[in-house]
Amino acid sequence: MKPLKTLTSTAVPLPIEDIDTDQIIPARFLKSVTRDGFGDNLFRDWRYDKLEHPRPDFVLNNPTYSGEILVAGANFGCGSSREHAAWALADYGFRVVVSSYFADIFRGNALNNGLLPLIVSPEVLDETFRTIEAKPAARFTVDLEAQTFKNEETGTVTGFEIDEYKKTCLLNGYDDIDFLLSQQDKIEAYESNRVEH
Amino acid sequence: MPTLFDKVWDAHVVTEVPGGNQVLYIDKHLIHEVTSPQAFNGLRERGLPLFRTDRIVATADHNVPTKDQHKPIAEPLSRKQVNMLTTNCEEFGVELYGLGHPYQGIVHVIGPELGITRPGITMVCGDSHTSTHGAFGAIAFGIGTSQVEQVMATQCVLMSKPKKMRINIEGEPQPGVTAKDLILYVIAQLGTGGGTGHFVEYAGSAVRNLSMEGRMTICNMSIEMGARGGLIAPDETTFEYIKGREFAPEGEEWDAAVDYWRTLPTDADAVFDQEYTYRAEDIPPMITYGTNPGMGMGVTETIPTKSEIHGDATLKKAMEYMGLELGNKMEGMPIDYVFIGSCTNSRVEDLRLAAALIKGKQIHENVTGIVVPGSQQVAKQAIAEGLDKVYTDAGFEFRGAGCSACLGMNEDKIPAGRYCVSTSNRNFEGRQGPGARTILASPLTAAAAAVAGKIVDVRGMA
Repeated sequence: MKPLKTLTSTAVPLPIEDIDTDQIIPARFLKSVTRDGFGDNLFRDWRYDKLEHPRPDFVLNNPTYSGEILVAGANFGCGSSREHAAWALADYGFRVVVSSYFADIFRGNALNNGLLPLIVSPEVLDETFRTIEAKPAARFTVDLEAQTFKNEETGTVTGFEIDEYKKTCLLNGYDDIDFLLSQQDKIEAYESNRVEH
Repeated sequence: MPTLFDKVWDAHVVTEVPGGNQVLYIDKHLIHEVTSPQAFNGLRERGLPLFRTDRIVATADHNVPTKDQHKPIAEPLSRKQVNMLTTNCEEFGVELYGLGHPYQGIVHVIGPELGITRPGITMVCGDSHTSTHGAFGAIAFGIGTSQVEQVMATQCVLMSKPKKMRINIEGEPQPGVTAKDLILYVIAQLGTGGGTGHFVEYAGSAVRNLSMEGRMTICNMSIEMGARGGLIAPDETTFEYIKGREFAPEGEEWDAAVDYWRTLPTDADAVFDQEYTYRAEDIPPMITYGTNPGMGMGVTETIPTKSEIHGDATLKKAMEYMGLELGNKMEGMPIDYVFIGSCTNSRVEDLRLAAALIKGKQIHENVTGIVVPGSQQVAKQAIAEGLDKVYTDAGFEFRGAGCSACLGMNEDKIPAGRYCVSTSNRNFEGRQGPGARTILASPLTAAAAAVAGKIVDVRGMA
């Protein structure tokens, strides 16, 4: 997993609530058997029309907006458990998604792929959208070590929560599987001590 | 003090990790062709074996065609993915109920019908509707592919314990109101994110009175309000359903299992982080008007012009996609397709319910109707009861088992702009095909819509 420490970037605004993983990556693009190349189909049906032409009104097709931070409405990533959604966002080039809350499975998938789901209050989310709307070139700094999100335009700094273990994983690029493999003795002890029904 | 969820969860904690995470042991791991190939690749790259091969069961469901299932899959990418599942299962020694196997079917239909799903166990699958299995008093939830690989390698996941919510539905539902309507009603109250961070226990007399099929429908849609999973206390209905199934315990093992299962229900003095209570008689037959399952209403109601849950922009976007207008009724609106199937409503009881309404009638000339049984076993049972004939005589197509038009990964798609009354679980944009407009409903409401050619209130048809 690619480590994430600090990041300063412009941001792409997507002020829609309840963006589900079917929008992030539609089911018909889940037939790949590898983890690569999903970025081309990120938000496929919002990005392209039936004739495969880019929809000019969609934010990813608007050259005014770019960056490694996606700012999205509440409950981002709801619906299907497809990790392909996290792969698509990361493959496209996002390292951080900012929202007021995330669907549980998506949040876990993002963290397992070096993509930080950064939770801010609804007020900070609104302010972030307003800042980008007023100045698309506005920059934001994510400092994972300090657990801060800074709006460089307004100077506002807000803290965010992340559990210690996941923070260490992201900072160092550690995968959960390495940790779980290191617990094998305990897992085997658990198996031999239990009565299963 | 402990809840059903506490009892099952706590019995599966291997160890705690500083920071709040726990290593949770997984008893059963279900896999399918879409979310497993990258996990198998990961094992290969790391040179790891499967840790506990006998705890994994595989089936092909998402991509499989529902017509001509005996022939090779025509679509090359689907064929490749399904074939890769077969090769992976052969290489790693996993039990596979692939296409052509009498046990093949939607992963959340076959687990319970084979007696793999049991009270008190932990179950995962790379599929969010794994919550279905919670109907048996199991902790069952969907995971991503990285976690699929972790479970393959260690039989464990790393998670913090979710919060607890209880939803009580008390009383007697109105005639024509099914388990699907109960859960669509709850999701419409709480919204598509209302259960985030929680595991939900469903309780109350209306839930206790449901069959296992109805309970599965309820738990299946837990994820549609954002809950990690849902579960229902095991009782005599549960035991009766499991007894005698292919992999169910027998003899002394059965007796010991039932004794244990009886200890699982939530203690009387247990406390939940959140609790909601609804009256079953307040719940009408439900339909959805928008583009997420939280956008639901009674079939005779008008689409709300304002919502406490959905912002104005989100509602407006949904209306544009659906070709509907806020403040309008949907009752009487013509529809084009009816899909009866999916892990929510494709069990034999669902097929019986819809067939009883359809029997002796014809579906409307403007409607295309498709029935897709959840598994080969469901199809076999339906055929034995003559249900297939009821459907085909009425003008429906009766297909082979699979996920089908619930998510349109195979060729079963709804054309752009068309309205489909669907017994599935998601009305997201493009879910049933690019541009398809989904109206979620119960099998009864779907059957009634097929016959009438429009949205109707089944309470007037029973």
